Amino acid sequence: MMNILAIILLLPLAGVLLNFLFGWRRGEKFAGWVAVAVMALAFAASVAGFVQLLGLPPTERLLRVDLFKWIAIGKFEVNAGLMLDPLSSLMTLVVTGVGTLIHIYSIGYMHGDRSVVRYFIYLNLFVFFMLTLVLGSNLLVLFVGWEGVGLCSYLLIGFWFERPAASEAGKKAFIVNRIGDFCFLIALFMIVGIFGTLDFAAILQSAPGKLTVGGSAVTAICLLLFAGATGKSAQIPLFVWLPDAMEGPTPVSALIHAATMVTAGVYLMARMYFLFDLAPVATNIIAIIGAATLLLAATIATVQTDIKRVLAYSTVSQLGYMVMAVGVGAYSAAIFHLMTHAFFKALLFMGAGSVIHALKGEQNMNRMGGLSAALPATSLTCTVGGVAIAGIFPLAGFFSKDAILFSAMTSERGGLGFWLAGATGALLTAFYIFRLLFKTFYGRCNLTMEEQRNLHESPASMTFPLKVLAVLSFVGGWVGIPLIPGVNIFDGFLAPVFGAAGETHHEVLFELAMMAVSFAIAILGIFLAHNLFVLNVKGSAGYVERFPGLYRLLFNKYYIDEIYDSLVVQPIRRVSVRLWRDFDDGMLDASVNGAGGFVTLAGDVVRKLQTGYVKSYAVMMLVGVFAILLYLTTGVK
Amino acid sequence: MAPLEHYLIVSALLFSIGVVGVVVRRNAIVVVMSIELMLNAGNLAFVTFARFLDSMDGQLVVFFVMGVAAAEAAVGLAILILVYRNRETTDVDELKLLRL
Repeated sequence: MMNILAIILLLPLAGVLLNFLFGWRRGEKFAGWVAVAVMALAFAASVAGFVQLLGLPPTERLLRVDLFKWIAIGKFEVNAGLMLDPLSSLMTLVVTGVGTLIHIYSIGYMHGDRSVVRYFIYLNLFVFFMLTLVLGSNLLVLFVGWEGVGLCSYLLIGFWFERPAASEAGKKAFIVNRIGDFCFLIALFMIVGIFGTLDFAAILQSAPGKLTVGGSAVTAICLLLFAGATGKSAQIPLFVWLPDAMEGPTPVSALIHAATMVTAGVYLMARMYFLFDLAPVATNIIAIIGAATLLLAATIATVQTDIKRVLAYSTVSQLGYMVMAVGVGAYSAAIFHLMTHAFFKALLFMGAGSVIHALKGEQNMNRMGGLSAALPATSLTCTVGGVAIAGIFPLAGFFSKDAILFSAMTSERGGLGFWLAGATGALLTAFYIFRLLFKTFYGRCNLTMEEQRNLHESPASMTFPLKVLAVLSFVGGWVGIPLIPGVNIFDGFLAPVFGAAGETHHEVLFELAMMAVSFAIAILGIFLAHNLFVLNVKGSAGYVERFPGLYRLLFNKYYIDEIYDSLVVQPIRRVSVRLWRDFDDGMLDASVNGAGGFVTLAGDVVRKLQTGYVKSYAVMMLVGVFAILLYLTTGVK
Repeated sequence: MAPLEHYLIVSALLFSIGVVGVVVRRNAIVVVMSIELMLNAGNLAFVTFARFLDSMDGQLVVFFVMGVAAAEAAVGLAILILVYRNRETTDVDELKLLRL
């Protein structure tokens, strides 16, 4: 009997191998269904693991398995170990569950693409690495998954590599992530240096003894881990790759750049929460950066016209919420939002994909409008997703966002500032997502008559996942309803992982008031969007004319790409060019070429002796023989 | 018996004739013959010394030299025949393909 953890992990890998060996010959249908089948089985295995966990008493909910000893250097040992605790179990369920739906969706969306087999191989490979990331029982296994998902992200963003923009975006994602990964690696070295182990349980046990609260070592480790997370989870300053990553196929955006991979940073910090609890300075910085990111991205999202870019910035913004929650110590709330966000953001992305599919590649929202008639299933499910992300009671986003806002206000590390940032973000979220919905599905249609006639709803393979996710976006938050003791199953389930840190004490009236406020904020955002984009379409243009500078600033994403280009990319480029011309060409190549040139020159001189006349050789030999004879007989020196 | 110098002078003369032949003649066959001449000049010196020193060593070497010379002549002539077939000449001055 193989271990359930190994089964979960190896199923997607089996899909990769099957498709790699047979998919090319058997074609699109085979590849798609193999990929979906292994995902569904992996999901079933995850559920089995989850049930197995539930069967254990809450404090003992942990399954561990060491597959083999990986590295052993003196006392330092690393096993290829997996573990399933409530946190990784939740992540596994999200990854395989949402992943399965997205695989099904991909069958419809990628139909007819000539590299569809390659697509499914990458997609399965991604899931394999993502599961490695969440199931690893030590930091090194996690790091392998971390790098693996980065690789798959690169491969899938640049999937249509014939398009220069796509391959550029892939490279950008990879290079920007490299900066974060580098910091992560240094954090690993420091942890090995201090603890002599990378195992989560071992670090947890010795952390309080080996580190002092607020000490420079733990602060440095936490900041470096966070720097790694800013790369993967697209936070300031490394978020710039995520919007460009939309060049990839839309299901990829849904799976990797909304539901799973980008949450890896949040997962990492939640996994290492016991270190972050010891570093108040670091967590303060983390919370501030999270708050700044959520505001920055949300403001950009309000003016973008590309439907996928709006969602991309929305993702950055929602990740900002999660990071802020981690920063204020609300790990459980962060994971809760991670889960609900996976539902509704995957739904919104796939809904956008369905629209793009129906419009044959059109992504500009200004050209859409009034699509609800032609795309009933898509528009309905997307509206549910939009309402969920906006935070309307009783959908999923309401509860998870409320949990974060509540913690931001009441947690020891939180404060009014964080709450204000979160509340402003909530307003902007409701605004931009309803702007997207109104501009896309409602109002006047901006398509030509010809295009309108050709509109068609997506096939069942695409609408089915949308419907499932719409249901999940609706009810997914109900596992974390606060107030009544014992009903918040979510916090209770995660409590053994986060210990006391997961608990916040709730005062019913205060909590209710906070809920009412955040609900009102969401309604206000929707109201504003309705006003500007449905009732008074000219009015929105009027605002653009009244604040042209602000509009340009937001539309051009605060010029951050340009700033990075001039501050980082161009200087590095100039230094590289200098090194290339002066050092490589000027010194290395010159010395090698010089050696070659010297030999050629010497050869040119000596060649004169080689006349080709046998007789001259004979004469030379004769002269030589006489010289030697002379030397031997007379002893001339 | 004539004194040692006479034999050596003859040997040196033969050798010099061989050297001059190798250096000045253009016909490859003559060059090969000149080389044989030089070898035999050496042989003459060897047998002379063997005689005067009352030792068989020199004579032994001569047999070796003759054997090697025979082999060399065979190979050399074979090469010359092939060269002639390919190039229709045995003029050593014209055989300079190896030069750039």
